[in-house]
Amino acid sequence: MTYELKFDVERGDFETAGLASRKIKKTLQQLGINNKTIRQVSIAGYEGEMNLAIHSDGGYISLMVLDGELVLVIEDTGPGIPDIALAMQEGYSTAGDEVREMGFGAGMGLPNMRNNSDAFEINSEPGVGTRIEMHFNTKT
Amino acid sequence: MKLREIQELLDAVVLAGENHLNDEVLCGFGSDLMSDVLCYANDDAILLTGLTNRQVLNTAEMANMRCVIFVRNKKPSDELIRMAVEMDMLIMSTRLILFECCGILYQHGLAGANKR
Repeated sequence: MTYELKFDVERGDFETAGLASRKIKKTLQQLGINNKTIRQVSIAGYEGEMNLAIHSDGGYISLMVLDGELVLVIEDTGPGIPDIALAMQEGYSTAGDEVREMGFGAGMGLPNMRNNSDAFEINSEPGVGTRIEMHFNTKT
Repeated sequence: MKLREIQELLDAVVLAGENHLNDEVLCGFGSDLMSDVLCYANDDAILLTGLTNRQVLNTAEMANMRCVIFVRNKKPSDELIRMAVEMDMLIMSTRLILFECCGILYQHGLAGANKR
C-alpha cells in the first residue's frame, strides 16, 4: 500500500457531508491521477458519503492508492440492507423528505457507484452493517 | 460559449467567482435533482438549478462543473457564497425560470450535457 485516507461520516450531518469527497478529489489531483478516473472516484465517493449520512448509523469512507489502482471503501455499522438486489435497482429509495428536498434520494446512488467503478462489491447484513468496495484502474 | 455571454443572456447577477467569466463551456445541465446530475451530466458543464443548499456546490464540484446558476431568483445564503469562493467556483442568480434559461442557452448554441 502506498497511501491511505480515511474519513468518518456521521448520520444526518449534511453540513459536513461532502467534505471527505472533496478532500479525496484534491488528493488525487495532487497525486497526478488522470481526470477521468478522478471524476469517477469523486462521484462514486460522494454518492457513498451521502449514503452514509442519509441511511447509515455512521461509518467511514476510505481511499487506498495502490500501484495501478485506487480502492474506495464505504463501510457502516448499520442498519444494513435487507434486500441488496432491490437496493441496487435504479429508482428504488427509502430516503425521507428532508433528503429529497436537498435533491437526493432518487434511488440512483448505488447504481451510480457501480457504473463509475471498474469493480464493485457490496455486502450487507441487517443489524450489522454494509460494506462497499470499489476498484478503479489508474493504468492507462 | 464564454460564461460572460451566459451571464449576459440570462441577465444573471454574479455572486462569486467573477474571475471565471472568461472561461469557456460547451454544455449545460438543468435539474433540481442532484442525484441525476451525478448520473447523467457530462464533464465541464454548467449547472442550472433552483436548489440553494450546500450539496448543490458539492455535486457540481464532484461532477467537474465550474459554474452554478440559481434560477427563479433563488439566492443562496452568505455561507454558500463563501463556500463557492473557497471552492473557486462561479455562481450566479437569475430571475428567469429553468425552462427559459435552458431555451435561451440552447438557442445560442450551448448543448445539453447528456452523458448517456
